[in-house]
Amino acid sequence: MFKFTVRRLLQMIPVIIGATFLIYWMVFSLPGDPTAGKCGDRPCPDAYVAQFEEEYNLNDPLLVQYGKYMAGVVQGDFGESYYGVPVSEELSERFVVTAKLGLMALGIEAVIGILAGVLAALKKGGFIDNVVLVSTLAVIALPLFVTASVLQLYLGIRWELFPVTVGSDTSFYALLLPAFVLASVSLAYLARLMRTNLSENLGSDYVRTARAKGLPQSRVVGVHTLRNSLIPVVTFLGYDLGALMGGTIVIEGIFNIPGVGNYIYRAINDRDGVVVVGAVTALILVYLFANLVVDLLYGLLDPRISHD
Amino acid sequence: MSDSSPLQLSDRPPEAEGHLLQVEDLHVDFHTRDGVAHAINGVDLHLDAGETLAVLGESGSGKSVTAQAIMGILDMPPAAIPTGRILFRGQDLLTMPDEERRAVRGPGIAMIFQDALSSLNPVFPVGWQIGEMFRVHRGLNRSDARSAAVRLMERVNIPAAKQRVNAYPHQFSGGMRQRIMIAMAIALEPSILIADEPTTALDVTVQAQVMDLLGQLREESGMSLILITHDLGVVADIADRIAVMYAGSIVESAGVHDLYRRPGHPYTEGLLQSIPRLDMKGEELFAIKGLPPNLLRMPEGCPFHPRCHRVRDVCRVDEPALREVRPGRRSKCHFAEEVLDE
Repeated sequence: MFKFTVRRLLQMIPVIIGATFLIYWMVFSLPGDPTAGKCGDRPCPDAYVAQFEEEYNLNDPLLVQYGKYMAGVVQGDFGESYYGVPVSEELSERFVVTAKLGLMALGIEAVIGILAGVLAALKKGGFIDNVVLVSTLAVIALPLFVTASVLQLYLGIRWELFPVTVGSDTSFYALLLPAFVLASVSLAYLARLMRTNLSENLGSDYVRTARAKGLPQSRVVGVHTLRNSLIPVVTFLGYDLGALMGGTIVIEGIFNIPGVGNYIYRAINDRDGVVVVGAVTALILVYLFANLVVDLLYGLLDPRISHD
Repeated sequence: MSDSSPLQLSDRPPEAEGHLLQVEDLHVDFHTRDGVAHAINGVDLHLDAGETLAVLGESGSGKSVTAQAIMGILDMPPAAIPTGRILFRGQDLLTMPDEERRAVRGPGIAMIFQDALSSLNPVFPVGWQIGEMFRVHRGLNRSDARSAAVRLMERVNIPAAKQRVNAYPHQFSGGMRQRIMIAMAIALEPSILIADEPTTALDVTVQAQVMDLLGQLREESGMSLILITHDLGVVADIADRIAVMYAGSIVESAGVHDLYRRPGHPYTEGLLQSIPRLDMKGEELFAIKGLPPNLLRMPEGCPFHPRCHRVRDVCRVDEPALREVRPGRRSKCHFAEEVLDE
């Protein structure tokens, strides 16, 4: 287990280097002038442009630029945005908000998804099953921003149950609606995954054995069937944390949440490469660690998997 | 034996015949997309305390469905039991409330299955799975249940039981896994153990060991055994009586020696002839021609008539009843006496 973990951590290094380079390269390949609009309506004076380009190493070849950037990263310096704010400073503030949003979404996804899946599987073809199947299909079919706008309109504006946008107040309550929207699509997939797995396992030989042992139905389902059905569900949840992180770019834009997603969105528009690389790397790290946790958890949930 | 049983189901006196288990006119239907499959068509059988009954038949003859109906573990739907009674100690299991019926499974009637690997839960240690019987039915705590599980594992001859109590099913061999199934089934000293093809998935030497173990446990505990198999060789050593099933009904039942000496139904005749024998070396092996009937479209008359080598006109229109043809022998053939006397 220890060896496995160390090996996996070491494997992350090339992944991070590769990912940061790709992003760096892509952002700097985008057309556009980072100094545009910096000096009001006029083009910036040549002296300013020269100083700006010098400061941000914009005249060096791409590889040299990247090398200088990574040299800073290794020393804990993630560079400065074009506004002169250190990336690490802003990122750490924003990361707390995004982590909160992501974990809330993950929690909502797990609780509602598993519950809906279990209820649907217990009475296949019944009323709840049909409700779950139809509603999840609707959620999967709708684009995220449509779901978000509809909920904003009804829950936010018409019925005034939730704040329409978040802004600077990033309380649990304010983030509830965006977290739900962020979770909605994954939640629908998870419910279906849970339903399929549970109903498949309910027909398995070991469940027949559990019934032959004279166990109460609650124990047959709750202990013997559920435990096995949760293995793929936990895997899905772990990998999905990465998808949720990507989803924050859209959601934080729609709900105006001061998180990493919003930061990335703005930085891409500003061609602010250093910010994009730093922020995306943070999300990639979350994804990599979530994957590692899933793999370790997998070994605990399923004794047939061994990490020795 | 029934006095010492932990299960006191009723103050009612047992039925006149007083069999431990009596199945009467049992029917099981499966509702499928293509129609209703009549898997069991009026099975009658009985079992006395300490007796071993072998239920013999091809795949699809309804022997496993009969066993699962007795256990009450059929999935209903798609299965349905339109008529029939299953009397255990004189009480009808089919009309019993679910909770009472559940309490019979384990202490009253227990069951082991063909494929022990898929029949054991892959994510729980074997000791935990055996101990669960004591925790759920007897309210034992974890550590007491674990020591009880170790004792049972020793009783079914699993080496190093104490060290292996926390191992998982996939860490055992096929024979050991079936022993674990057996340990789990006999945990609460059931009056009846139903073994559904317990050795089919095992290789021959291990088959013999598992059968020996079952025989030994039956001797020690005095429990009754229902052994479901398609293997005539397995039956001879251990069974007292044999019930032969075909197309969802019992076509012949007899004492094991009587049946082997002289079958009383053309189907049994065919089965016995299809056993390979050393003195028949070089000859072509006998096979019953044709296939078992489609349960959705049973033939008119005797279900066996399309494959029967003794078929006559009456067999095509008139289904015979299972009747007593000799003391202790029953056959479902119009010409049973003819078969027996030949």
